[in-house]
Amino acid sequence: MGKLYNAIFSAGITFVLACLMIGVKLDTDGATLGVTGATPEQWAWIFGGIALVFFSQLFSDQIDAAFRKIPKPQVSHLIPVGDKMTQLKPWLMAGVFVCMVIWPFMVSRGSVDLATLALIYIMLGLGLNIVVGLAGLLDLGYVAFYAVGAYTYALLSQYFGLSFWVCLPISAGMAALFGFILGFPVLRLRGDYLAIVTLGFGEIIRILLNNWTAVTGGPNGISGIAKPTLFGMEFSRKSKEGSTLFHEFFGIDYSSSHKVIFLYLIAVVLVAFVIYVINRLMRMPIGRAWEALREDEIACRSLGLNRTAIKLSAFTIGASTAGFAGSFFAARQGFISPESFTFIESAIILAIVVLGGMGSQIGIILAAIIMTILPELAREFSEYRMLLFGLTMVLMMRWRPQGLVPMKRPVLELK
Amino acid sequence: MSQLLLDVNGLTMQFGGLKAVNNVSLYVKNRQIVSIIGPNGAGKTTVFNCLSGFYIPTAGSVMFKGNDIAGLKDFEISRQGLVRTFQHVRLFSNMTVIENMLVAQHRHLNTSLLSGLFKTPSYRRLEQEAMERAVYWLKEVDLLDSANRESGNLSYGQQRRLEIARCMVTQPELLMLDEPAAGLNPNETKELDELIIKLRDEHEISILLIEHDMGLVMGISDHIYVIAQGTPLADGNADEIKNNPDVIKAYLGES
Repeated sequence: MGKLYNAIFSAGITFVLACLMIGVKLDTDGATLGVTGATPEQWAWIFGGIALVFFSQLFSDQIDAAFRKIPKPQVSHLIPVGDKMTQLKPWLMAGVFVCMVIWPFMVSRGSVDLATLALIYIMLGLGLNIVVGLAGLLDLGYVAFYAVGAYTYALLSQYFGLSFWVCLPISAGMAALFGFILGFPVLRLRGDYLAIVTLGFGEIIRILLNNWTAVTGGPNGISGIAKPTLFGMEFSRKSKEGSTLFHEFFGIDYSSSHKVIFLYLIAVVLVAFVIYVINRLMRMPIGRAWEALREDEIACRSLGLNRTAIKLSAFTIGASTAGFAGSFFAARQGFISPESFTFIESAIILAIVVLGGMGSQIGIILAAIIMTILPELAREFSEYRMLLFGLTMVLMMRWRPQGLVPMKRPVLELK
Repeated sequence: MSQLLLDVNGLTMQFGGLKAVNNVSLYVKNRQIVSIIGPNGAGKTTVFNCLSGFYIPTAGSVMFKGNDIAGLKDFEISRQGLVRTFQHVRLFSNMTVIENMLVAQHRHLNTSLLSGLFKTPSYRRLEQEAMERAVYWLKEVDLLDSANRESGNLSYGQQRRLEIARCMVTQPELLMLDEPAAGLNPNETKELDELIIKLRDEHEISILLIEHDMGLVMGISDHIYVIAQGTPLADGNADEIKNNPDVIKAYLGES
């Protein structure tokens, strides 16, 4: 009986929501405002949806049981264990790296560009993973540090003409500084409270960039940001005064894909660097301290661990990774505006971390690739993008709440 | 004259209108086992919380090795060599035993980020030393065989011992144990008894103990303080306490 009641209730809610959102439409016709109802076809869809909700609620137990029967993917047996793995690992890594480097020369320009975007999200995901996955601090304003990195490079390049390679560490440093400044007062907060404060910080940065027109160009953004160079060689068709061009130097024909591939390769190197650093950090005392703090703060305090310093280090290192990604993003786009750094970006990055499996690097890399490539593949459904996004989240949480590839801690063993 | 390691005077902790601890004074000398006993809710753990910096005492002084530590932050106090355990086991249960031991040595391992990233020789050496200290203490509490096990999977008695080892690896001078025998069977209690005595005699540290197991307390304590309702009731050696009419009254009630 409770089931039936529940099903009717859910169907009712669906009906109200669907009627409001799809069933009626407001049309402006000159000065008048008209209301048009949905077409019969749309009504059919709406009632189909309501029926679906009704029956899925009514038979939720059976559906759950069916879900449980779906075998969970078992990947563990595919990976060789123990000693074999430690032997194979360097080769495997090298192989992946070589493939990553060769791959862009064989595919279209568009795919390389998309891969570069995916790599940026991988960087962001890995950075946020330090804060959320390892240290357990929920940060909803992560995009702020991304913005700081991007704007640091854009402004330094515009006002002082500094090159990408000089600005890369500066951007990371600036983002880290902002992380530090924000972290200092807020890290005594926990959980939900921390999430709200970081959410606010993300908005503050975006609104600041939007309104500080004199410096940041406001909503118009900054355009014409210099592209990265290879030892001072540019990748454009015509040279500015005094600079060498890549294709002239090597005596090959100009191709616009050189630049795209070059950017991609930079991204690969940056991602490799970030992965290396985070991998080391996880095995270092500081990494263990992050995890210990996440597990039991009181025990940490009694053992002489300074929790503020440890949380701050996680926050700062996470932020600097975002700064890295941000300055590369600015260099790739050539144009940035506050539009690129809205809350939805933070949400997507967080979704990558959660979908991938908190703390798990492989999982996050996979999730970042999926999250960037899926919307491109499903271009026809671009109107329903957020809907699909939500659906994926619900299904994932139902089917695999611990993420695509749950975290496996790098366990330190006593020999 | 043996120097006072811990010298607490007039310690008072007030929560609103409630005086949880009222004017408690206690002394711990070097290489001494001192116990605090008292009925449930007497304020023993509150005393611990005040000493270890989890609470800031309302009044009174806490001198440790001649320095006033009242009001210092918890991690600063434990770095000075005053380390505590808790009534409930607080291990990092997802981590292995050896990792628990390394987290406790975070302060000693706190090298710069760069040396860790590049695994410099000095970093390796520090880590090696930390490992050796961890192994030494695991051997002392007889947990070396379980070093690579997840600490959450240990038996309760083992978890208790690991907690003590984890404190010892920080090289404290005063170890404060909050009901270490709670939940242990008689056999394990006996082992704990021996361990505490070994810590005092061989490792030359002092121990401040809260315990309800009177057999344990009376057997090993050099000095005993009795607290009832936040107020000091009596102090003395085991025999004096056993025969003190006030103490008997506090425990058994008016007859």
